Amino acid sequence: MAKIELSFYPGCSSQTGASSSNYLVSAQTMCEELDITLNEIPDWNCCGASIGYGGGGELPRLTLSARNIALSEEHNAGQEIVATCAACWLSTREAKERLAEDEQMFKDANTALAEGGLRYKGEVGVRHMVEVLIEDIGFDAIKEKVKKPLEGIKIAGYVGCQTNRPFGIAGESFENPQYLDKIVEAVGADSIPTYEKKVQCCGGALAFSEPEKSQEMIHGIIEAAYDNGADMIVTPCPLCQANVEIYQDQINETYGTKFDMPVVYYSTLMSVAFGRNAKDAALNGHIIKAKKLEEIANK
Amino acid sequence: MSTNSQKYRNSFLKEVEANVEEGEWVKMCMQCGVCAGSCPLGKHWDHPPQEIFMMIRAGKREEVLTSDSMWMCTSCYNCIARCPRGLPITHIMHGLATYAKRLGLAPKNQPTQGFSQLFWDNLMKKGRVNELKMGLSMYFKDGFAQGVKNAMANQKLGQNMMKAKRMNAMEIIGGHGVKNPGDLAKIIKKAQEIEDGNIQDFS
Ligand code: SF4
Ligand code: SF4
Ligand code: SF4
Ligand code: SF4
Repeated sequence: MAKIELSFYPGCSSQTGASSSNYLVSAQTMCEELDITLNEIPDWNCCGASIGYGGGGELPRLTLSARNIALSEEHNAGQEIVATCAACWLSTREAKERLAEDEQMFKDANTALAEGGLRYKGEVGVRHMVEVLIEDIGFDAIKEKVKKPLEGIKIAGYVGCQTNRPFGIAGESFENPQYLDKIVEAVGADSIPTYEKKVQCCGGALAFSEPEKSQEMIHGIIEAAYDNGADMIVTPCPLCQANVEIYQDQINETYGTKFDMPVVYYSTLMSVAFGRNAKDAALNGHIIKAKKLEEIANK
Repeated sequence: MSTNSQKYRNSFLKEVEANVEEGEWVKMCMQCGVCAGSCPLGKHWDHPPQEIFMMIRAGKREEVLTSDSMWMCTSCYNCIARCPRGLPITHIMHGLATYAKRLGLAPKNQPTQGFSQLFWDNLMKKGRVNELKMGLSMYFKDGFAQGVKNAMANQKLGQNMMKAKRMNAMEIIGGHGVKNPGDLAKIIKKAQEIEDGNIQDFS
């Protein structure tokens, strides 16, 4: 397998001590095994996510992402940008496309960046980590790396919204993407291709501002996983992961359910299947323990 | 954009085209209704996107800009993926919401509006988001007594997050940030100025 070098945009929620630090640890383990080097963009800033719109408007938001791209073009020249967070990927790629379409916006963003001595060119590619896995590594190569197949574990692939729309993953449909199921199969577990909530929105940032409305949707996402006989849910998005995992206590109180469904990342599955220990897979970073993965990792 | 036909358009559509993010797309809507069935929180919207586009064309300025609906957008991008005319609906919703806020017409105490502003302010302080501080300020935004109540209700969640090392109490004091928040602030201030300068007066 060829060595891959990428300019890495980790995003706020992946930082040590933040809500998705478990994603960062497992993604790094996965990349070590796949010979992918992640070079962090020096001094990156938050992309504003989608929810930043209400405070930031249009140009300030696009400029935030343009700053990250400019820093990457300066310090990690020649490397494509990769994000693990769906919202980070979306904001960065969206900014790049908008600035490419709109000449005035491109000029304005550069006028703003000049205040900090930066220049935006916008020539570099912006990708999500799963694109790298699918397009550069491939399912077969993932399969070959597996030392401990995740046999007998049934996993619902929850793709969510922003890894899927509006850009999506090449060759996949918006309404019924298959790649997560294929990753599940590649690591030796059982996928549920007919998991009907795979692209259901969880409320995103509105889980914070409209908790009841969002938890109603999250309830549906977890209920469908149980109905399909899932042992756990897997997702590519840090906000999906957090939203679906951490409110289960509150949902149980509201709906009288007994949900106790682990929610992990594709990188968690791969880290364990590639033979790495529980710590490297960040299994300790989950509120609802993925016991079946712990058993395999500790074997 | 000073063709003769312009003057036959109602002025609210013109206003939206000039001042709202991606507003020039509104006239392209063919009222098929696909987006109206796509919003995850659709049942809480008084006016789904399709209706909002119709209302803009009908010149219903007050009704649109004071609406709570756009603030229910979860940025799920269902609509963009499905719209047969390719309207960037998500961005138009965000754009209408921020424009209403700029004019002081957005509904007061709209929770997502408050959260969105908190998120942005938090980001601007250090260049990165400090989730713990953001969570705390969200709890306390309705005053101290309500804040204590909110925090208590979420105490178990907080403890669980701490245990899983996904919420770091040290973030309150220091926390993550860019090296020179002053530089970032200058950049964003400039962007803000340019954006403000582009707003046309329709009042
Ligand atoms: S989208 Fe979330 S994780 Fe990504 S940079 Fe913004 S706040 Fe941080
Ligand atoms: S499922 Fe939820 S967190 Fe994931 S992308 Fe959609 S709104 Fe965001
Ligand atoms: S889907 Fe597109 S064309 Fe159809 S009503 Fe919505 S915005 Fe208009
Ligand atoms: S992005 Fe917003 S407007 Fe579009 S379907 Fe989702 S909630 Fe509705």
